[in-house]
Amino acid sequence: MIPASFDYVRPGSLDEAVSALAEHGDEAKLLAGGHSLLPLMKLRLATPSVLVDIGRLGELSYVNDAGDHLAIGALTRHHDLHHDPVAMHHAPLLSFVAGRIGDPQVRHRGTIGGSIAHADPASDLPAAVLALGGTLVARGPGGDREIPADRFFQGFLESALTPEEVLTEIRVPKATAGHAYQKFVRRAQDWAIVGSVVARVDGRVGVALVNVGPTPVRADAVETALAGGASAAEAAELAAEGLEPPADNNATPEFRRHLARVLTARALAEAGL
Amino acid sequence: MSILGNRVLRKEDPKFLTTGGTYVDDLPLEGAAHVVYVRSPMAHARIRSIDTSEAVSAPGVVAVYTGDDVDLEPMPPGAPFANPAMVRPWLAKGVVRFVGDMVAAVVAETREQAVDASELVFVDYEPLAVVIDPEAAVDNETFVHEEAGTNVVFRIPEDFVSVGMAPPEAATEPPGLFEGCDVVVRQRIVNQRVAPCPLEVRAAASLWEGDHLTHWTTTQAPHAVRGSLAQTFGVGEEQVRAIAPDVGGGFGAKIGGYPEELLVPWIARRLDRPARWVETRSESMLSLGHGRAQIQHAELGGTRDGRLIAYKLGVIQDSGAYPGFGAFLPTMTQMMLTGVYDITKVFFTDISVATNTNPTVAYRGAGRPEATAAIERMVDIFAAEIGMDPAEVRRKNMVGNDRFPFTTPTGTTYDVGNYEATLDRVLEAAGYAELRAEQRRRRGAGGPKQLGIGLSSYVEITNGIPGSEFGSVEVLADGRARVRTGTSPHGQGHVTAWSQLVADQLGIAIEDVEVLHGDTDLVPRGVGTFGSKSLQSGGVAVFQAAEQVVDKARKLAADLLEANPNDIELDKTNRRFHVAGTPSASKTWVELAQASGDEGLSAEVDFAAPGPTFPFGSHLVVAEVDTETGGVVLERIVAVDDAGRLINPLIAEGQVHGGLAQGAAQALMEEMCYDDQGNPVTANLADYEFVSAAELPSFETYSMETPTPINPLGAKGIGESGTIGSTPAVQNAVCDALLALGVRHVDMPTSPIRVWRAIEAAKGKK
Ligand SMILES: Cc1cc2nc3c(=O)[nH]c(=O)nc-3n(C[C@H](O)[C@H](O)[C@H](O)COP(=O)(O)OP(=O)(O)OC[C@H]3O[C@@H](n4cnc5c(N)ncnc54)[C@H](O)[C@@H]3O)c2cc1C
Repeated sequence: MIPASFDYVRPGSLDEAVSALAEHGDEAKLLAGGHSLLPLMKLRLATPSVLVDIGRLGELSYVNDAGDHLAIGALTRHHDLHHDPVAMHHAPLLSFVAGRIGDPQVRHRGTIGGSIAHADPASDLPAAVLALGGTLVARGPGGDREIPADRFFQGFLESALTPEEVLTEIRVPKATAGHAYQKFVRRAQDWAIVGSVVARVDGRVGVALVNVGPTPVRADAVETALAGGASAAEAAELAAEGLEPPADNNATPEFRRHLARVLTARALAEAGL
Repeated sequence: MSILGNRVLRKEDPKFLTTGGTYVDDLPLEGAAHVVYVRSPMAHARIRSIDTSEAVSAPGVVAVYTGDDVDLEPMPPGAPFANPAMVRPWLAKGVVRFVGDMVAAVVAETREQAVDASELVFVDYEPLAVVIDPEAAVDNETFVHEEAGTNVVFRIPEDFVSVGMAPPEAATEPPGLFEGCDVVVRQRIVNQRVAPCPLEVRAAASLWEGDHLTHWTTTQAPHAVRGSLAQTFGVGEEQVRAIAPDVGGGFGAKIGGYPEELLVPWIARRLDRPARWVETRSESMLSLGHGRAQIQHAELGGTRDGRLIAYKLGVIQDSGAYPGFGAFLPTMTQMMLTGVYDITKVFFTDISVATNTNPTVAYRGAGRPEATAAIERMVDIFAAEIGMDPAEVRRKNMVGNDRFPFTTPTGTTYDVGNYEATLDRVLEAAGYAELRAEQRRRRGAGGPKQLGIGLSSYVEITNGIPGSEFGSVEVLADGRARVRTGTSPHGQGHVTAWSQLVADQLGIAIEDVEVLHGDTDLVPRGVGTFGSKSLQSGGVAVFQAAEQVVDKARKLAADLLEANPNDIELDKTNRRFHVAGTPSASKTWVELAQASGDEGLSAEVDFAAPGPTFPFGSHLVVAEVDTETGGVVLERIVAVDDAGRLINPLIAEGQVHGGLAQGAAQALMEEMCYDDQGNPVTANLADYEFVSAAELPSFETYSMETPTPINPLGAKGIGESGTIGSTPAVQNAVCDALLALGVRHVDMPTSPIRVWRAIEAAKGKK
């Protein structure tokens, strides 16, 4: 419960943060809300030698209406996203999902950038951004880079970010035609045993699943079936196609496949499909 | 008007809710070294070598000790009658036997340094075969303790008969046990292992001043700690001061002493400086004793018209790697075997075994919840089998009010009860008929969300381990009263309840009563707090001591007022003694206390109740079960509890609330799991499904008060009833929801995957 010793720097700006990462390389870790990183450090499963604390960079905390899309600063806390009027209006899915994360303490500390960068397949926001077809903006020593959500999640706790990059902004299309998030948990504060997110964007239906593999995944077969005119019930039956879900104390792979189908059917219905 | 029976707010709460109490970790202890234990990551292994050289030279390290360094007599067996070859070493010697077994103690200037250095202790382990499953342990193919040559700690009845603790005829199953039964139902039931999870984890701190030891520890029984310290360190009890400062919960797991705690004074003496150990939550999950852990084979027989005739329960008790109190839990299960029912023919067996897991201990209910869970589940299975309403089967078989004192076929004598009334009351409060109608409606509609209604009627034993408890009352020169109690509260509200008892007798304000506890220098004797014993033992002692103080004061007032003691009255409103009919001739408590001289106005009582008491009640749970996901939502928990006379109904209700939450959590959420290699897989509060308020409905609680004749207060214990009654009610509700789908039983915790599998299996059968 006591982390290994580490150095601590607190850059005063985004640029300073990028330089600090460039200086320390992969010895360093960004610290945002700390609600994924610090538990790992306390158990000594993560032992970074330098923490670059960006938690107080106000410049990265915002929700902006950017015309056809919404731009969300990486340091926006789950609580703020959940209650943000712009988000509630233009991306109600994201705002709803943020309100389903953990408990109030977690939502007041955890950030959307931290959640996406951590790339935990059991987390809620990554799947939501996937379903929405969002874009991630990263700043490195060479400047800004845009990464489509579909190419961002690369493996278990592995993202497309390089150790020198800071995730600065999350962009999602405006989507108000209907949405749902079916998060199946035993306790209110838990990570999803399985979750199914449905987003309706410009006549397209995006479906993404939580905690059914090493990364959050798009339910491609469901999306394709829906696009081809299948009913929601028929499409949901395909939700487990291609999945290799993990086994843990709460679920076997088989149960997870079953839940993926049931929850997707419910989410599609809830989204008005 | 008496203050007894009033919902007095707890005096101790402002402290706990604001500035906080003082826990062992908070104590300023100048110069204390910090102890961190190195624990085994393997469930069973031979230790080839331990290399401490790097750790010893790490920054801040004061000392590193291994098993060979500890020059203390071996720890006493965890319980009398336990297999002596299974005694726990102070630190592992040659073999580790569960994940979390201690192999070394690292002592450093700061806790951080000790943790860093503990990672530099290199242990070369040679893995040994493990035995994790208690049923497999019985087969004795792999031994937890090679030297013991068996994993069996003892068997009931065989071993109890052979030492004369049970009569010879008890050794074998009575012939024709199930004769006369139209129907016999059988079920294997797992009463799973759970982790007690007190908010405050274990901690100990020790200071030697010459040959005098002061030891602070988070315990439920400081006087027992004093005794074991005196024994361990070969000093007199008067040389040891054991202090339980504020204690953040225990649930039974903090009754006994652990080697982690008892080694702290050894380290302090060896280093000639104070030392402190505070465990982490992760350590607590691994090595604070676990509870329950029984596998039960139950058979219940009766007639088609719902009369229960015969019951047989075979238990396999998982005692963990170093069997202690956990091995004995089945003796309590046996005592409470038939619950509230008049079942005349019974047979109980137990095999307590060692496994490569953390030792089991008492946990809220300790053996009685296991009895209630088994019989209450079996009654429901029996009712389903004969197609009768489970409430009806219960009613038909309950021990009637005219039968008390009632001796059960396992030899337990219940003091007094009114069982059927609790059932009536809970059915009425819940609206049973309407609930059943709603259930039928949903079954007919066939949707995914089905309703389950679960009942449980329980009786349990409190103050089950007879003995006397200490209490004293003294009126101080300023007119306030000081109480010393041998009970050791860790959340139960004794300070308020004992103040009420004294205020009621003396007429002194509750705020003017001070209650001292948990310090062996301030309280000469004591047993502590466990088994829901405190009010009916220590509370009565305080109550009687207060009565004696009033008598003494009356005599003194008579002397001073030159009257006959029989003519002296205590005016509780004005807090003075006066001659009957002459209020002006009076003496106040202050005057009397000052006049009492060296003798003082005080009295001590050691109260030994003539026997245990048996609280009872009925609980009803409404659960909505999602038959597609296996998810369960508890919609209602309705509880009717009778713990005799209530001194403070608010405190009693609080105990019921906590109990209901913990009991429901066992049924629905919690399980301490090991994989087949003995690795704990629920070793933190993210993986271990510790319940929160969000998973629980608002409790609907009702109390009845049937006073017990066993003690002058008429009070029974209420600390564990909630846990005992609610667990089977929740489990029965989940099973009841699935009955129409052909599911007969779901083991606890009734998690989504278990519910889903049960439904799938039933589909397969159809
Ligand atoms: C009790 C508990 C319950 C929780 N329940 C849930 C839940 O139900 N659902 C859920 O989705 N999550 C849950 N979480 C996780 C929570 O949402 C985390 O806050 C979130 O996943 C990480 O955000 P953070 O800001 O705390 O990141 P941190 O912990 O600070 O960082 C996480 C990782 O991301 C990196 N990082 C952070 N910010 C950036 C950035 N801007 N650019 C690049 N890298 C960055 C860090 O270096 C680190 O590796 C829970 C956490 C706790 C403690």
